[in-house]
Amino acid sequence: MTVGIVLFAVLALVAVLAAVGMLTSTNAVHAALFLVINFFCIALFYLGLSAPFLAMVQITVYAGAIMVLFLFVIMLLGAERILPQSRLRWQTPLAIILAVALLASAAFAVLSPQVNLQMAGVAPLQAAASGQPGFGDPKSVGEVLFTHYLLPFEMTGILLLVAMIGAVVLAKDEKPKRKPQYQSEERK
Amino acid sequence: MDEINFLAPTSWYVVLSAVLFIAGVTGVLIRRNAILIFMSVELMLNSANLAFVAFARAFQDQGGQVFVFFVMTVAAAEVAVGLALIVAIFKTKKSIDIDELHSMEG
Repeated sequence: MTVGIVLFAVLALVAVLAAVGMLTSTNAVHAALFLVINFFCIALFYLGLSAPFLAMVQITVYAGAIMVLFLFVIMLLGAERILPQSRLRWQTPLAIILAVALLASAAFAVLSPQVNLQMAGVAPLQAAASGQPGFGDPKSVGEVLFTHYLLPFEMTGILLLVAMIGAVVLAKDEKPKRKPQYQSEERK
Repeated sequence: MDEINFLAPTSWYVVLSAVLFIAGVTGVLIRRNAILIFMSVELMLNSANLAFVAFARAFQDQGGQVFVFFVMTVAAAEVAVGLALIVAIFKTKKSIDIDELHSMEG
C-alpha cells in the first residue's frame, strides 16, 4: 500500500511537472514532447486503475496518432519558435491568479466533508481489491461497448466520417485558376 | 499475475485530475499560439478521462471506461478538424498567433 502511494506520488509529480513544462516552454516541439510525457503518465495511471486496454489505447491514439499529427502541423507551419511578446501582456498574471482561485475552489469542492468523495470510493474499493474478474480487459470492455453502448458507438463512426470529410475540405487547396493552366500545358 | 495495483484512494485521482485540468485552463488563458491552445485542450480532456477511469474503478462500472473511448474519439475528430482549420488560417494570415486574428472585431 505504501509502495502504491509512493508510486502514485512520483507519477503524479511527473505528470504535473510535464504539464507545467508544456505551459512554460518557448518551443512548440518541446511543448508537444512534454505533453507526450504527460500522456504516458496518464496511461500508467490507467494501468493502476485496472484499465489495461485503455492504457494501451491511450498510448497508441494519444501519444501516437494525435501527437504525431500535432508535430506534423508544427513542423509544416514552421511554428516551433513562439514569440514571447504579445499585445495583451497584462492578461498573463490575471490568468494565473484566476487559475489559482479555480484550483482553490476545486480543492475545496473535492476535499470538503459535505461532498465526501472518500465515501464514494471506499466501500466499493474493498470490492475492487477482489474485483470482478477481467474488469477493464478488452473482452469485457468490448462486450459493454457493443451491447449497452451500441448506438453511441455507431454515432462515433458517423462523427469520424464527418470529421474526415471536414478536414479534407478545409485542407483542400482552393485554386480553381491553376487547373486550366495545367491542361493547357499538357496540350503543348 | 497481479497488475500494478497501486490503489491510491479515488479522491487522490480526482485531485490530480483537477490539477491537470487547471493546468490546461491556464494554458488556454496564457498561451497565444493556436497549436499550444489546442494542446492545452487535449490536456483538459485527458484529465477528465482520468477522473472517468478512477470513478469507473470506484463503482466497478465499465461504463466509465467506455465513455473514455468516446471522449478519445471526439478528441481525435476535434484535432483533425482543428488542425485543418489552423493550417487554413495560416495559409491566409501567415500567422497562428490568436492576437493577430482580430479582423472580426466589432
